[in-house]
This record gives sequence, structure tokens and C-alpha cells, in this order.
Amino acid sequence: MSMKHATMTTDAYQALNRRDFFKTAGALVIGFHAAGNPQQASAQNPIGGAPYPTVPLTATDSWVAIAADETVYVYSGKCDFGQGFRTVQAQLAADELYVPFERVNMTICDTAITPDQGVSSGSQGSPTQFGPSALRQALATARETLLKMAADQLKAQVSELQIINGVISVKADSSRRVSYGSLVGGKKLSTAISAAAKFKDPATYTVLGKSIPRLDVPSKVTGEFEYVQAVRLPGMLHGKVVRPTRQGARVVSVDESSVKGMPGNVKVVVKKDFVGVVADREWDALQAAQALNVTWTGGTTLPAFDGIYDFMTKQPTRKAFIVNSGDVDGQLKAAKRTFSATYLHPFQMHGSMGTSCAVADIKGTGTAATGTIYAATQGVYPLRDAIATVLGASTNNLRVIFKEGSGCYGINGVDTVAYDASILSQAVGKPVRVQYTRRDENVAGENYGPAFVMRLKAGVDDKNQLTAWDYEGFSFSKGGRPTGNAAANIISGELVGLTIAAVAPNTTPTVPAAFSNNSNAAPAYGTGTVNGVSGSTGVLRNERVLSHTIQSPFFTGPLRSPNRLQNSFANESFMDEVAAALGEDPVQYRLRHLADPRLIDALKQAASAAKWETRSAPKRGNLRKGKVTGRGVAVLLYEGNNGYSTVIAEVEVDQDKGNVVVTRFVISQDSGPVSNPDGLRNQMEGGTLQGMSRALREEVRWDDFGVTAADWRKYPVFQFGEFVPQMVTVPINNLNATQDGAGEGAITIVAAALANAIFDATGARIRQVPFTPQRVLDALTTRGAGLPLAVAKPVKWDGFSREVVLDGSGSVEPANGALTYQWRSVGSSQAAIYGAGQSKATAQFSSGPGDYTFELKITNAAGDSDTSSITVTYSGR
Amino acid sequence: MAEVKLTVNGKAATADVDPNMPLLNLLMEDLGLNGPKFGCGLSQCGACTVLLDGEPIRSCVTPCSDAAGKKVTTIEGLGTTKTPHRLQQLFIEEQAVQCGYCISGILLYGKTYIDKNPRASREDIIQSLTGLICRCHTHSRMVKALERYAQEVGK
Repeated sequence: MSMKHATMTTDAYQALNRRDFFKTAGALVIGFHAAGNPQQASAQNPIGGAPYPTVPLTATDSWVAIAADETVYVYSGKCDFGQGFRTVQAQLAADELYVPFERVNMTICDTAITPDQGVSSGSQGSPTQFGPSALRQALATARETLLKMAADQLKAQVSELQIINGVISVKADSSRRVSYGSLVGGKKLSTAISAAAKFKDPATYTVLGKSIPRLDVPSKVTGEFEYVQAVRLPGMLHGKVVRPTRQGARVVSVDESSVKGMPGNVKVVVKKDFVGVVADREWDALQAAQALNVTWTGGTTLPAFDGIYDFMTKQPTRKAFIVNSGDVDGQLKAAKRTFSATYLHPFQMHGSMGTSCAVADIKGTGTAATGTIYAATQGVYPLRDAIATVLGASTNNLRVIFKEGSGCYGINGVDTVAYDASILSQAVGKPVRVQYTRRDENVAGENYGPAFVMRLKAGVDDKNQLTAWDYEGFSFSKGGRPTGNAAANIISGELVGLTIAAVAPNTTPTVPAAFSNNSNAAPAYGTGTVNGVSGSTGVLRNERVLSHTIQSPFFTGPLRSPNRLQNSFANESFMDEVAAALGEDPVQYRLRHLADPRLIDALKQAASAAKWETRSAPKRGNLRKGKVTGRGVAVLLYEGNNGYSTVIAEVEVDQDKGNVVVTRFVISQDSGPVSNPDGLRNQMEGGTLQGMSRALREEVRWDDFGVTAADWRKYPVFQFGEFVPQMVTVPINNLNATQDGAGEGAITIVAAALANAIFDATGARIRQVPFTPQRVLDALTTRGAGLPLAVAKPVKWDGFSREVVLDGSGSVEPANGALTYQWRSVGSSQAAIYGAGQSKATAQFSSGPGDYTFELKITNAAGDSDTSSITVTYSGR
Repeated sequence: MAEVKLTVNGKAATADVDPNMPLLNLLMEDLGLNGPKFGCGLSQCGACTVLLDGEPIRSCVTPCSDAAGKKVTTIEGLGTTKTPHRLQQLFIEEQAVQCGYCISGILLYGKTYIDKNPRASREDIIQSLTGLICRCHTHSRMVKALERYAQEVGK
């Protein structure tokens, strides 16, 4: 080969520098650029010497270090998958330390050098890093420590000092000054994170709150960005996995002769039911994996795809109350009217753009094994512990380095492929890169978002106020995020013979000690009262929310807005159904039942931006065929405590074909102080469109032989070439609140907003995701009669003549049936009306000049009526 | 194995490979390029897009032999972070990526279409991207950046 690239990753090089310091100082801190150049470094194994010491969360030096050249190194355990959180954390450091943004150098997620912050998930990045005991606290502690050191050196009081661009000076005499670098460059701060260290007031931020362009964008659009897929180690081989097609199938035999003589020095690796191949080139490995003859057992029988929702409600379940006020049955009996509906949500997948990839370099076996794993994981420490379990290794001998992959949106295949690379590398004693095929990823790589059945009931009083809300949900579970104790939470852990406990059914539901709406199973409209303490956003006291969990046939795990998305589809659709049945406006009806001022504000701001017209749904006068338009709304306090969102969707539904086209989204988001306005908008936009894809298109399907959703044809998502809705974002910069998450709010409520918009347009309620054309057409067949629309207007008139023709012929009867018309004069100035029972009537101004108001009432054959009023000014002669 | 000679981003390259191997593997493994990426291996998503003699193709399903003697351009060949192509600059200005894994397809299909069809409309641009996936669903920003490019090219 003419060219062979074997370079160390830039992150590994940087990390090696820090690690060199560990060896000399024996402590965790970097204070300088270590000696060495890329050529020297790449000749070495980046592993360095194991074991790796624990990075203490409580030491300021674990988070921040200042070099003699004034560079501020920041170490964070919260990753970035394209949301821009690397940039936001650098903004935070620049602001808290009063240094230029360009001076900050971020390192994220490496078990050898960054603090153990668990996983980067659940929209917890901002709440954690801006909260107590994490990055912001460490930065504030560092700033106060530097000020004290400067005060000593400059012989001044801290209160007399100022910081400008990383230089501390005496306010009264700025010639008395010292820079951070000259104060501590290369030395430890040696201080514990102080809970008393004061955060900078968000109102005085100069870097946060600005749309600083993301650090990663230029290299991503020019192809220079180094994804995990681009990690290349010296002597690296390529691996592929060979998976059973059926769930639970086990290896009977592996016929190694089937790949004998294939190119690339093929090696077959079998570890219980894990089967893989390693070869010199990826192409060699792929061909060998396809050729390898493995005999599997038949596996487990899957529940029938077509009957899955029925199946779910008939299994033994683990039951848990989220809230149970205890009087819901009585309230439902006493209600003036009651409503019920069942909502269905399918298994969905992350479907990452790039298939999962990892590179591992493992040497040795058992507790003597050491190694480095490059992975696009959401949790470097949990993954390290899990791989240690899989390999029987010691956790401190392994190092997991985060390298960004394609967007993951939860637990896709990135962790399990890191197991695979580690197993294969250990078996062959060389660095091994594994990247899944699309089938590997979709069928036997990732943990799906689980299917849900949700049964809702509600009661209202004679004023249309909600008096009871009853939610009962059924969902699947198997596995989840990998940890040292639960390495079988993902498929490769199970294949190597590790086990996890199955879902344990119970007879009596568990009862919470305090209210938590982490899964958003409880509606926004309840008080969320548990043990006398209210913890939710609404006014309704009587609510019962019961969840059932069933053992899943497939691995499941967090998929962007796990469970919250499914639950919110049901709750926010049902609220709309009740409002519609009562003839109430969907925004006003929600506002009547909300108590939390921030959720109310988010709803009002979105409604205002959308120019929401107050009226009930469905939209009057929409014909029952052809294309019709409508609008829908849904609201959310994500996880019950992590960011307020409203989504308004505007759709056009083709009632002949069942296609739904979304013309516009209006989205509001209050997540406290906005760190990066453009970054927030990008998350709101992308989350909303991904939510639209999931609502309109996505469903994991299977047959008797296994999952069939193996590629983008069998698992269609929203693609280019289709419509692209107009996106209106309304970020709410709430400086008086804490920094909440913002990446999962909008996506959570898109399905409900769309279902509500489809109802508004067509009068048909769709209760099963995805809203495929066929499901829309099916829903149309069960809708009620369309409501007539009265349209009253005066025929063009000069304002002086004594008579005016009133025209009601623009009124619409959706099914083109007969209408009756009735005109009358209302208000103080009465006119005589001739032909008051006709679509066109004539009014005579008998009372002289003044304002005259006329009302048209139309009624269709079913007895549904509508009114429309006009006011005209008669000037007289 | 066979020797495949081709021009990649303006430079002559030679690789001794199975001529049936996808071009993507040659670009990634032999030439160390990071722009074209493996997304599906099925020509369904566009992450592996490169220009072959100026036309966008899916390198994950294009055998190396088809590229022999031809000019391949990846997004690295458009510009660099120091000197980005105007379209890349517009994507930076619009912050029109999230994870960015799909970007080869969006940039190369969009650029090729607009260069041939100056003043392309928003609808035309969206249609020209048919068959591409962006799973972060950054569609609206990408279309906006391409619209700006079309306006500039059309001047």
C-alpha cells in the first residue's frame, strides 16, 4: 500500500501529556504543556502505565488547571454528541474565570484524566455542571483561590482586586497586577471544591448568553473532525461481529473452516455466544463475517407483532404508583361527564446516522489485563467498569477515552460495540477497530425505546373543570445502561454469558415516598401530591398514575426522552380530547388547569408567537375530503423539574391519501438562563423534527424470524426530499432560574401536538404512533360529523344606502349537506331583516345612523350549528 | 489484489487492494481521510458521498475499480478549516450541523446541484437532497445555508 496512516488521536496525545505529569508529580493536576511532540508521542502506546488513579471529584485541580502560557485547561465528565455542550462548558469556564473564550482548552470524558461524572444523559449536562459540586463550583473555587493568592502577592485585600482577561490587579492602581499564569502556571491549586465559593451572577455574564459558534463545526464541515470511526492506532486490525438473527439464540457450533483461506489473516473469536472475526482490513473482516458458518439454536419465540399491544396488557407486571390521591374512582363516579381513551406507542430505535464503532487495545488476560478503549459512549466510567466485568479485568487497569461518534440520542450501540472491540482485541493481542454494519446496529446492537400502552380516563364537573385523572400505562423493559454490576444490560454482555435479573412482577403496586414525575407519566395538570406535598405543575388534586413494567423480548434503554415521550403523547393528546369534547379552546383549557407560572408563560409565549386563534377543535368548515389544515398544541415540564416547553404544530392533511405535511412548528423553551441562544435554537429545531420523524414514520417491526427493521427502508425516518417545516423558536431567557436541560423538551411533545393538529384539521383522533397514511385514513373512517362554519359578510355597500345585503353563502357544511340559515339583528340599533331564513338576507336600517350588528346562525341536518356576526356602520344620508 | 490508481483531492494516489472493495474503505483506510463516512453500506443515507469526476456518488457501494483513473473529491477537497469553501463557510455561519456525521452528502449533493442550477429555489434544493438522511434533523439550517449559497452563485 502506498500510504498507511497510523496516527495517534489528538485527544490521546493531550491526555498523554497530562499523564506524564502524574508520573512525575504523583498527583492529579496539569500545570503545563508537557514535553514531547506528536512524533514522539505517536511512537508510544497511549496507555502509559496502568493502573489509572481515581480522579477525585472534590479536588479543584481535577477540573481546572492553568498553564504558564495562560491557557486554562478544563476537564469535564460531560460529553458532547453534537449538541454543543463542549462549547457551552468552555463558555462557562471563560465567564467564571474572567478569561477570553479562546484561552479555554476543554478535555471531556477520559477515565484517566477527567472526574467521574457518570453518564451524560437525561438532559442533565447543564443542571449538573451549573449546579452545586461540579464544574461551575470548581471554577468559582479556582477563581476565589487565585484572588487570595494574588491578594497575598500584591499585598492587597481581595475586595480591592479586579480580574480582567485573566489578570488580577488592584482596582485603584492597575500597575499592581499579576496574571493567572504567572501566579500559578504549572502549579496545583491544591484546594477542595468549596461549597461557599460564589457563582458569578448570570446577569453579568459576558461569554455565556452569547451565540458563540460551536468549536466543532468548522472541522466537521471540512472533514477534519476526528470521530471515533477515524481513530487509527499502530498495528490496528479490523473486527466484525456475527450475531444470531433470533432473540436468545445460542451458539451450537462455529465452523471455522468456512472462512479458511479468506484474505486478511482471518481469525475467528468465540466467547460463549459471542462470535466475531478479526482481519487485516475492514473489507476482509466484513467478508469473513458474512461467510462464517455459525449454527444457532432456535432462540425464543417472539410475541406476535400484530398483537403486541394486546399481549402487553395480559402479562404479569411490576406495578408502581407515581401518584395516587386515593379518591379517583369516587371522583370519576361523581363526575358530570367522563372520558376515556387508549394510546399506543411502538418500539423505536435510535437509528444513529453512523453505525456504532469503537477501537480497543487490550493486552493480557484476567486481572492482569490492561488497555485503552476509544468509544463514543455517554459514560466513560460506567463503560470502563462494565468492560472490566466482561474481561474479568481490574477497572483501574482500563482506560476509556470518549471520542465523539454520530449523534446517539441515548443508548444506541456505542457501548456494546466497545465490548466487542475489547473482546476481539484481547483475543488477538492487537488493537482492533469494530464498526457495525447497518444490520448489526439495527437488529442486534442497540437498546430500543420500549413500546407503550396507555389507558387514560378523566372526569369533569358542570363547569367543565377536570375533577379526576386516571393513567394506567404498560411498557417493556430489559437491560439498559451498562455498569460494572449490570454488564449484561446490553447485548454483548448477554452473549458472553452474563445475566441480569428479569423484571420481577408484584401484586401490590409500590407507593412513592415523594412525588417524582421523572417519566412524565403524571399529567401537567395535577398537583402531584404525595404525602401531603405537592410537586407538580397543575391544579387537579385527584389523580392516579399507575405504571406496569413487563419483561421485554428486546433489549430496551434510554432513547431521547425515554418513556417521557410516550407518556406525553398520551397525556397531551388526552387533554386535547377532553377540551375538544367540551368545546373548549386547547390553550385556554390547559391554562385553566395549570398553576406553574413558568409553564403558563411558556405556553402563552408560544401561543402568542403562533398567533393562536382562540376556538375549539376541530376547525369548523374544513371539508371532509382533499387537503385541510389545522393546528395543535402540547406542553411539558420535562422530567417534572427540568425545563418547560410548548410545541405548536400546524399541519396540512391530505384526506384522500392520508399524508400529513407539517407546515410550521412554533416552539418555546424555558430552561433558565440561556447559555448559547443559537445552540439552544438548534436543539429545539432538531429535537422537534426528530420528534416529527418518530411520530410520523418510525416503528420497529419484526416477524417470526426476528427484527425486520434492518435498514433505512425497513425503518424509515424523515428524510431530505420531503417537506421541511418552517421553524419558529422562542427561547425564554430566564435569568432568575437554574440552568435546566433543553435538548429533550420539544421532542417529547411533538407527537401529541401533531395528533392534536390532525384532529383539528380533520376531526379524526389518531391514537397510535406512527401516524402513517394508512392509520390516518383509518382514523378518518371513525370520525364524527364535521362541524359547519358560519361565514357572514355584507355584500359590498356604500355605507349610505338604507339597505345592505347580508351574505351567508360562504358558510361551509363539511359534508356538503343541507344548511338552514337564520339572520337576526342584535345590539342596540335594531334593523329590519327581509329574507332572514335565506343565505342572503337584506337589512333595512330603521333606527337611523349608527352601528348595526347582525348575527347569522347556521344549522346542519345533524343539528350542529354555528354563528357568525358582522357589524356595519350606517352613516345615513 | 490489484493496483488502483486514482486522483484524490487533486493528488495522485495508488493503493493495492481488492478491486471489489468499496471505494470508501480505500479512502478511509489507505488514505486516512475522515470526510466520507460509513453510514449504512447500502446507498440509503449518503454519509459516504464523494464526487467521482465531479458527480456525487455513494462510495460505500462503489467498487474501487470504478474509481480507477478518475478524480475523487471528498469534503476535505473542498476546503479546510483555515480556508473553507464558501459553502462550508455558510454551514459554519448557519451552524448547520449537530453531530455532522451526514455532512458529506448534504454538502456534495447540494453543491453539485446548485453549481449547475444557480438560483435554485428552496423547493429545488430540498428535492436535490432526496435520498439523504440527517438523523439530528438539522434540515432547516442546512437548507438555509444552501439557499444562501444558491443566492450567491446565482448573482
